[in-house]
This record gives sequence, C-alpha cells and structure tokens, in this order.
Amino acid sequence: MNSVGPGYYLILSALMFTIGVLGVLVRRNAIVIFMFIELMLNAVNLAFVTFARMHGEVVGQVLVFFVLVVAAAEVVVGLAIILVMFRHRESANVDDVNLLKW
Amino acid sequence: MTWEHVIFGVVFVVALGSSLAMLFMRNAVHVALYLVAAQVALALAFLLQGAFFIAAVQIIVYAGAIMVLFLFVIMLLGVDKREALIEPLPAQRPLAIGLGALLAAEIIYVAAKGLELVTGAGANAEALDAINRDPGNVKALAHLLFSRYLLPFEVTSVLLVVAIVGVMVLARRMTIHDRIASQPEETVGEVA
Repeated sequence: MNSVGPGYYLILSALMFTIGVLGVLVRRNAIVIFMFIELMLNAVNLAFVTFARMHGEVVGQVLVFFVLVVAAAEVVVGLAIILVMFRHRESANVDDVNLLKW
Repeated sequence: MTWEHVIFGVVFVVALGSSLAMLFMRNAVHVALYLVAAQVALALAFLLQGAFFIAAVQIIVYAGAIMVLFLFVIMLLGVDKREALIEPLPAQRPLAIGLGALLAAEIIYVAAKGLELVTGAGANAEALDAINRDPGNVKALAHLLFSRYLLPFEVTSVLLVVAIVGVMVLARRMTIHDRIASQPEETVGEVA
C-alpha cells in the first residue's frame, strides 16, 4: 500500500482530542470551553472516518452523521444556557457560576 | 511520496497548529476562527479517506452553521474582550499539561494496540474505494441510514425537536423575566 496508513490519522485524532481536553481544563470562558468540546467531537469524527476506511465499510461515516446531529443540538442548547447565564451574571466566566460550590 | 502524503502532511500541520493556536488565543473570536481552520483541515482529511459526503457536511454544518452560531453568540454577549490572565488555581495549568500528555500517550498506545488486531487494512481501504465507485458514497450512506439505522435516524429528529423546544423555553423565560424586572419604558420597543 502506498497511501497514508490509518495510524497517522489516529495519531492526529488523539492529539486533537487531547488539545480539546486541555482547552476545557485550562480556559475560563464558557463559550471558548464549548468550542473546545466541538474540537473534541471533530477529533472523534476523524477517528470514526479512519475506522470506516480501515474496515472497508461506510458504517463509521453513518456514525459521524449522528455525531453531527447531536453536536448541533448540543451547541444550540448550550449556547442558550450560556446566554441565560450571561444575562443573570453579566459574565461568561465559569468561575462566576459557583452557587452549587461546596 | 505521493500526493496523498503531501496533502496529509499539510492537513496534519494545519489541524494540529490551529488547535494549538486555539489554546493560546485570548480573544474568543480568534479561537473561533482557528477552530474553523481546524475543521476545514479535517474536511480535507475526510476527503482523503473517501468520506466525500461527510466532508461536505463537515464544511456546511460545522464550519458554516455551527461556527456562525458561535460567532453570533460571541457578538451578542459582547465577550470579545480578552480573558483575564489571573489564574485562580495556580497548580491547574501544569497539572492539566501533565495529565494531557498522559491522556495522549494513553490514546495512542490503545490505538496502536488496536491496530495490531486489524488485518488487511489496505485491502479494506480498496473495498471502501470500490463502494465509493459502484453504488457511490452518498448512496451507500443513504442505504444504511434508511435501513439498518432507521430508528436512530428517527430518534435524532426527536432530539432536534426537543432541542428547538428547549431553546425556545430558555429564551422565552428570559424575556418574561426581563419584562417583570425591567422598567415599563424599556419594553416600549418590544413587540407585545
């Protein structure tokens, strides 16, 4: 085989997923945290497409389709929640949302 | 070295570079733009792997619709100002970097172990190319989606309806709250 092996795509997927986790852990702005969650979903989509090619089926691509739908719903609801939070707190900083903090 | 290697190298550098740049950008709009760059690079990676429909959907839905929604909310909230540089938890960043490195090593190890179990990946890739040629990528996807995955497909439509209703409830409660809390002259411009 002369084409790029699946291992390289999986490495790219793993690194992008890790950067997404790091962003969620390190950043403080709720919208930016949401964007890193999108990055993680994208990395997982890359893994799904790689697996689809690895196994010679399009089932992995169907799963990417479902991930896309769930991501769209999640973004819409999440951004609405951030909007409500901003109206109550005048800030999108996650450290300001500490009512349930012990 | 074929053209595929060259394009994959570009995709790798652009996707990883713009994801890393997302970590260091203080402005939320810049983070969003780098995320668009990463998503377009990923769409190229999908094209390289024969997922033509998914690549198109990635650009239309992710880089188009979802990122416009993000930018819309960023502009609506006016949080395009810089994030505060003061770190309330001093130990968090080094700890996050250490645990992140551990997580990356773990995922790559598991992927490498899993790759050993898969045999004939090259022949399978040829099989996928054959599927893309004969029924076509979109046709093959549609056939699976409307037969074996019909129930999940219908469930996603329920999910979308629930999401729409939920967002409307969230937004509507806020306007009622605003009307109760605000002065009468501030609600003059609103449609009753």
